[in-house]
Amino acid sequence: MTDTPDNRSIEQSWARRFVLANRASIGTMAVFVVMMILFFIGNPAVFSDYRIYYSVLTTLPVAIFVVVPMVFLVTVGEIDLSFPAVMALGAWVFALSAQAGIDPFVSLVLGLGVGVLMGAAIGMIVVYGGLSSLVATLGLSFLIRGAILIATGGKSIAMLSLKDTVAYKILSGTLFGFPVQMLWATLFVVISVFLYNRHRFGARVHCVGDNPDSAAQMGIDTRAVRVYTFVFMGLGAGLAGIFSTMINFTWWPTAGDSYLLPTLAAVFVGGTPTWGGIGTVVGGTIGAVIVSFIQVGIVSAGLDGFYVQFFNGLIIILALLGHRWNQIRYR
Amino acid sequence: MGERLIELKEVKKSYGSVFAVGGVNMHVDRGEVVGLIGDNGAGKSTLIKILSGVVRPTTGEILVRGAVAQGWSAGKSRAAGIETVFQDRALAVQQTIVRNIFMGREITTVFGMLDVEKQRSEAERLMREIGFTSKVFSPDSIVGQLSGGERQGVAIARAIYNKADLIILDEPTTALSLTETEKVFRFVRNVRESGRSILFIGHNIHHVFDIAERFIVLDRGRVALEITKDAVKSADRLIAFMEHVAHPNGPNPLADVLAQNGAA
Repeated sequence: MTDTPDNRSIEQSWARRFVLANRASIGTMAVFVVMMILFFIGNPAVFSDYRIYYSVLTTLPVAIFVVVPMVFLVTVGEIDLSFPAVMALGAWVFALSAQAGIDPFVSLVLGLGVGVLMGAAIGMIVVYGGLSSLVATLGLSFLIRGAILIATGGKSIAMLSLKDTVAYKILSGTLFGFPVQMLWATLFVVISVFLYNRHRFGARVHCVGDNPDSAAQMGIDTRAVRVYTFVFMGLGAGLAGIFSTMINFTWWPTAGDSYLLPTLAAVFVGGTPTWGGIGTVVGGTIGAVIVSFIQVGIVSAGLDGFYVQFFNGLIIILALLGHRWNQIRYR
Repeated sequence: MGERLIELKEVKKSYGSVFAVGGVNMHVDRGEVVGLIGDNGAGKSTLIKILSGVVRPTTGEILVRGAVAQGWSAGKSRAAGIETVFQDRALAVQQTIVRNIFMGREITTVFGMLDVEKQRSEAERLMREIGFTSKVFSPDSIVGQLSGGERQGVAIARAIYNKADLIILDEPTTALSLTETEKVFRFVRNVRESGRSILFIGHNIHHVFDIAERFIVLDRGRVALEITKDAVKSADRLIAFMEHVAHPNGPNPLADVLAQNGAA
């Protein structure tokens, strides 16, 4: 309401506004492009062969199914370290059901249902218990994983019979030499982008994460919004666990364990800040692509496997510094 | 006076053994501007939180248009046509102006999808309506980029959307420049002319006296005085009364009025 002119201006071109509104995901994209150019220079033969892309795209969907809901959770001001255990639990139900001769599609729904229920349970424990999600989900992670190990005695389930089913071909077969699961992951990202930016739920996730007191004063049920975000995480974990099991034709009681740190890295490398209120689904997805390519890229570029962790760390730190410089935090 | 919009009956709110509000009776009618004044710790903030549904009273009744409200909450308060501009403005500063104006009350199409175009045009209309337009920001600007007065404008725009019957303004002029304060006053007059009610909370008694036509003085969680502008006659007399409440060691400066009304 000031009457004095100032130097802020909205007289900007469409392109400039687009760049400003999407600065985090564009920055992430830039990191990805630079990284790929370096890999290409390191080993042109490997990186001009489609097989390396095929191999990354085969397992990338699993990462996307957990990275995207994690962006929602970080935006609403929470975090979930128990999703790898939920991945294993949902996939376990899927594997047991399919092994018992139940149709794989029905088994899929059962597995996802368990993921959703676990998400709701975890969310309610954190939100209504008034617990720190960081510590509570760490405990729940051990609890769920421990229960699975006790119940299975550590035994895996082989699922080779899946390969000839219609469900396998539709969900994770190959279409024109392209892994079908990548199409499902893309659909998941598109729906999530709308949910995040163009839906009432996404708007409330932003407001609750930004200023929970204000959101409550404006009549938003902040607890319900938080719990629903955990439910979405449970759904994503269920999807990820089931796809991982289908791709490997085996369910392991330790399924999902290796996804914890790369998923968190992907979210933050993607440009979603830790403090809540803002984030980017597209950026998180590109973050997942970056994290997936680091592993294969470094080895393929001719470096020793021992270098993987070092470069993993280097790229994460550089990306975070880039985002910090690129983003302003309003208070 | 018109319809009784909201009424509190023997409302108490305790935090542990401490009563922030200890048995308040008050009401706001349609079309009136009520000034709520009192020292720090008098219970003003708690009372506003009760009216806006953020805090539930420990005991007592809330009547909306004569009917007892059940399960009082922030959502119910807004649904009843009560909008509050909180002292801290209750804005999500990393979000756009549009998202703040429609916080908790988004305009949607099917399946809860946001009607982005309509929200944007409505936000523009609201900002124009309260004389809050600028070349330097648009409805898509981030609230964190705005000045204090501009942020107050966003909070007020949010309150007048939906034609609320009662607008509660909690210290709306705190930390504002003179021109910005004048804009808030102009807005209050506009709202009053449109027949809506205002509950105005302020530290500056001269400001409250200018704006309101009836005053409620709170003291240590109770209503110490309820009086019309006609009866109290001047802001100085109101200030003298408040000093008397704080340090009651002389005659009550409003003794003449109170004797006439037979009230305490």
